[in-house]
Formats: sequence, C-alpha cells, structure tokens
Amino acid sequence: MQPSTPTSPQIAPTLREYPAGGLAFPHRDLTGIGQLARHEILYLLDEAEQWVELNRQSQKRAGLLSGLTIINAFFENSTRTLLSFEIAGKRLGADVVNMHAATSSVKKGETLIDTAMTLNAMRADAIVIRHASSGAVRLIAGKVDCPVLNAGDGQHEHPTQALLDALTIRHALNLSRGSDLNGLNVTICGDILHSRVARSNILALTALGANVRVCAPPALMPAEIEAMGVQVFHDFDAALKGANIIMMLRLQQERMQGQFIPSPREYRHLYGLTLERLARAEPDALVMHPGPMNRGIEIDSQVADHPTRSLITHQVERGVAIRMACLDVLTRRARALPGWDALTGGAA
Amino acid sequence: MIPRPITITGGRLVLAEGAPVAGAIRLVGGRIAALGPIVPEPGDTVVDARGQLIAPGLVDLGVFAVDKPAFHFGGITRAALMPDQGPPLDHPARVRFAALSGKPDMWIHPLAAATRGLNGVELAELALMRDAGARAVATGRRWIDDSGVMARLLSYCAMLGLVVVTHAEDAGMAGQAVATAGEMATRLGLPSAPAEAEALAVGRDIALAEMTGAHVHFRQVTTARALDLVRAAKRRGLRVTAGVTPAHFMLSDLELANFRTFSRMSPPLRQDADRRAVVDAIADGTIDVIASGHDPRGPEDKRLPFADAEPGMAGAETLLPLTLTLVRDGRIDLARAFDLVAGAPARLLGVEAGVLRVGAEADIALIDPERPWVVSSDKMAASAGNTPFDRRPVEGRVTALFKGGTRID
Repeated sequence: MQPSTPTSPQIAPTLREYPAGGLAFPHRDLTGIGQLARHEILYLLDEAEQWVELNRQSQKRAGLLSGLTIINAFFENSTRTLLSFEIAGKRLGADVVNMHAATSSVKKGETLIDTAMTLNAMRADAIVIRHASSGAVRLIAGKVDCPVLNAGDGQHEHPTQALLDALTIRHALNLSRGSDLNGLNVTICGDILHSRVARSNILALTALGANVRVCAPPALMPAEIEAMGVQVFHDFDAALKGANIIMMLRLQQERMQGQFIPSPREYRHLYGLTLERLARAEPDALVMHPGPMNRGIEIDSQVADHPTRSLITHQVERGVAIRMACLDVLTRRARALPGWDALTGGAA
Repeated sequence: MIPRPITITGGRLVLAEGAPVAGAIRLVGGRIAALGPIVPEPGDTVVDARGQLIAPGLVDLGVFAVDKPAFHFGGITRAALMPDQGPPLDHPARVRFAALSGKPDMWIHPLAAATRGLNGVELAELALMRDAGARAVATGRRWIDDSGVMARLLSYCAMLGLVVVTHAEDAGMAGQAVATAGEMATRLGLPSAPAEAEALAVGRDIALAEMTGAHVHFRQVTTARALDLVRAAKRRGLRVTAGVTPAHFMLSDLELANFRTFSRMSPPLRQDADRRAVVDAIADGTIDVIASGHDPRGPEDKRLPFADAEPGMAGAETLLPLTLTLVRDGRIDLARAFDLVAGAPARLLGVEAGVLRVGAEADIALIDPERPWVVSSDKMAASAGNTPFDRRPVEGRVTALFKGGTRID
C-alpha cells in the first residue's frame, strides 16, 4: 500500500525537458552526487521510473545490456547494495561478476591501482566499486577505460542511495516525473560524521530544493557542515518539528562503545526514533532508513514496520530501479545509442 | 690537491641585514676569506656573477631523504636529516654514517631520534649520538604524547645543549586525521582533526620548555592559535623557535579538492585564515625558519586513496623561489628571507654557515632572483615529483653553487 500524501508542502509537479541525447547526462562515471547538476539528478530519477514498472511484472528481464560485462568490485563488505547492483545488472541482461575483497588478491598486498588495471584489462563495460577510503572510486575511475559507479567510498559519497531515496520520496508523495522536492522538510538523524549516505543525500536533496536538517550529537557532526546548505540540530525533538521526511542513519556498533556515544541505550534515549517521537514531526511524516537497521537503537520496530509511515522496504525496491537506470545511462556510449556516441561534456 | 682560491666578482652580496650590496667574495681553504669591494688576488679562479645575488647556501632544517640532485638544484648546501629513516637514527653508528653520507659536496646534519625507534617512550643514547655528529634531537614525524617522557627528554637535552625539534600535533586530538576539520574535509568525507590539535601540543611543549630550560624548535607551526602561543612565549624570553614549510604559507585545504594526494601533508593543510596567520608570523618574526620538509614519495606512496597515501612533498627545489614570493609581496626583505632559509637554521644547528661573513664556511649560491621557471612534477631533480606546486610559474633560480669553497657541477 502507498503511504499517505502529506498535505503541508505544496509541491507543484512540473514536467521538464532534458537536453538531447548524451547531453542529458554528459558524464562517463557516477562518482558522486556532487558532480551532478539538478537536471541530471532528475534525469536519472525519471529514467528509473520505467524500471520500477518492469520490476513489478513477473517477467523482469530486459535485454538492453545483453553481452556487456559488469564487475561489482566490493572492497568493503556489503550485502544489500551488492545484491541490488547484481539484480539490476542481471535484469538488464548483462553478465554480472562479483569480486569480493575478502577473496581477492587485495589481501595479498596488491595496490588498488593494480587491481583496477586488472579489471580494466578484462574489458569490463562498467565497474561498480565500493571501498572503505574516501576518494578511492574517483582514483580508480581515472585509471580505467569504462564507466565507474560509486557504490560507496569511505565517508564521502553513496550516490545511488541518495537517488533511490529521492525516487522513494517522490513516489510516496505521488509526485510525477520531472518533479523536484521543493519546500519539503527533511531531517537526517544519526552518525552524520561517518556517513556517506548523509553527504550524498544532503547534496541531492538540497539540489532538488528540499530544506535539509541534520541532527546528531556534536561528536558525530562534521565541522562546518552548514556550508553544505543544511541546518544543524543537536536536539532531535527540535529537528523533528515540521519534518515531512525523517531519515535515520545506522549507528555503527564500534562507535557506541564509549568513543563517541556512552552507550546504545543512551543513544536511543536521545536519538532513537520511537512512535512517541515520530508524533512530534508532521502528522503524516514518513520515515526512511538506508539499512541495515539497529532495531531498538536508532529506530523502534513499531516505526520501522509502520504500514503507512515507513518507506524502508520501498527504498530497497527503488534501489534496484535506480541502479538499472544508472547502468543503462552510463553504458549508452558503449552501446552507441543515437546521440550518445560521442562523449559530450566533461569526462568526470 | 688544495683547490685554488676563488673570487666571485660583480655580484650583489646578500648580507645579514640591509639590501644586497654590490661587491665580490673570496673563498680560500673552504672558508670565506674576504668580501665587499675587493678584487681577485693573482692566481685566483675568477667567477663573474654578472649582477646576480651572491647568497649563503641554504641550510634546510628537517628533510626526510638525502636527495643531492634536488638539494643542489635548490641551492641547499646543508640539510638536517630527520631521524625517520629506515632504520631510525637512534644509534650512534647510524648517526655517524648519516653525517658522512653527503660528503664532499653536501653536508648532512643528522638529527638524533629522541626516543628508541621513535617510539615516544624510551630515551635514545643522545649524548653518544651528539658526539657522533648529531646536531640536534628530533621527535620525528610524531609528537611525543607522554608528557613525562617529553619532560625528561627536554631536561636531558637542556643539559647536553641540544635543541629539540618537535612535531606539534596532539596525538589524541589528531587520531587518524588526514585533514583539518572544516568544510573541505566535511565535503570530501576525510578523517579530520580540529586545528586546535596543534595549539594543544605547542602549549604543552612551551610549558615544558619553560620548566626545563630546553630549547624547543617546533618544526612546523601552521595555525593562528599555535602561533599566538609561540609569539607570547618568545615575548617572555623562552628558548622557543618555530619553523614552517612553503606549503603552509602558500596553500590552504582547498588544495585537497579531487583528493589530490600531493597535497596530503603532515600537519595537514589548514584553512585560509590560518595560512594568512602563517604569513603574518613570518613577517613579524614569530616564525624563524622556512624549511623544505623534503620528502620525495613515489607512486607507491602517493597513488592511493587520499587517507591511505603517505604525507609529504618533494620541496627542496621549490624552497627558495616560494620563499622569494614573500619578498616580492613585500612581507619580508631579502636579508630576512635568507635568514629564514639559511642563517637561522645554521644558528639552531650550531654550524658556521648560512651567512656571508669572513671566517664562515664558504657555502655560496649564485642566484638569479628574477629568472622565471615552471615547476613540473615530472621533470624534477628530486627522486620523486610529488609537489603540490606542479605547473606553478615561479621566479628565482640557483645558477651556481659552491660547497666549502669548491664549485659543484
């Protein structure tokens, strides 16, 4: 069932036109939301709409990327993002290969660049990378000949997560293609300091016109984050007032053991999203979480499983569609689609 | 064979004070025999300076590698070698070996490791290393975070008459940081530490210097708050000196854009307000020394994700031209520029060099201060081209170098 539509922000759906062919998305890689203009974000969201439809049918396969090889090179553990990229590639008909750092020569001391050149020599048509160091994906992108997708680099960016979140919001609010999120109040709460999800979402949501608030204890709030166009809160109740969307972030276990937070239960006391706290937001406010969740710490089960207010499973669903859209758009040059044959604009 | 005396004529002598004066300099037996309005003696080898600057050879206080081609390109005739070698300079034999490693055309002054293995815990054999040729003691790339160890180190060095060169970053605050906390680090998602981590370290070590009477030299002071502490300590007459490298008065953390690992420094590049505070501190005398921090690093150390890359830059070739930008901007005069890169470091090391004076070592650089050139990362004399100044046009080039009265080819 679809969550109810909030009444507070008046968002006028507008149909937009995009530049023709490859000019709509003149980037070889997707290393971050920071590289994208507003209309390029909207373009990817609009492109994903068709895949949401396809994914709901029993026959889910499209042959678009038939014959292409996609390598998912994950240097950091991941279950859901890897699975989502793998399903996305397979539904588009590509041959998808997963490389896990744990079973690769990375453990034998091979440098990241050498690994990248090896993958490149295998003539991948797209490489999806997750790495624990900020900037690692960009570094690899500079050394290979095919499109590179960032599936999360350190504490820097996780662009497909921000795109799937924006698409989820758009659907939840019954907003049409081309719509932005102008005037929407979004509160992001949790470990902002270490979160690439928070950074990509701040960039995407502010580009789409939303008012973004970030909420965390000072130790988990990055310096000068207000320069990214957000409002900073330490008091969760204050940050919830007037919020239409609440994005909770996962708190890493290792940060709860006294280094940043005295204890998990103390964190829940101040920043856990309970039904009671949810009531302080707008009456129809919607809840999101990138997963995996720490139930009973940053989010209570009654909230996470709420039939009308929680968008968490919707996020996972849109994730596949967004990744299909990204893989489709980024391989159009290799597939020599009309208007996409020449690289238009900057390579980054 | 004893080399013939050399007289360099027709130059402009860079003296300890005042504007350069037209004149000549005569080098005999490795020392400066005369300078001023003199003429060559019969039998001298005569070198025509053709109006260029006749300046003291640079004394580079704190380099991480012995890299002669880069030093000679940069006009550096003496370099104080940091103890962070493999293995560290924590043993008299290694100090003795390092002291000989530059001869005959380059003098390396080893800095003795303050603690064994630079572990910050056990004092190394400092007196034995002093007598093996160590010119000062250094804590290495790291701060000694145990205040008790630092206090004992300083009191011991005060007795031995050794300057202690220290790195100023509070270890607890700095943690694994690779950038200064602020908008840039936040946008890039890099582990960062507040700039105050430096002031905390400087504050403690000034207190310990006062308590022990030791001479503490902060190799790099890069933030306004820490510079205020040094300024106040000097005013109180404490034996505290400070240095910096050109990166911290030329560049800010904006250079980290696109995760450029050539801009990864230790301490990290600061925000622009701090950079300007460094320039002010050079101008008002709070900073005594400008050094290169020469640390050539190949792709295996730099072609990595930003936080995984090693810090440091190959700085020997650009030390002089970048220092001269401060002269061109009117912040310091030429005499002071050479005190920053030669005179003051020589005094700290206790060597008879770094200044044009009769009786001093004849380490001389002929310099065309206006000659333009472009820094090029892939055409460096250094053993690696890791410079954040790649493709920057600069002015000032060494055209001839003399070490101990002998011309270096």
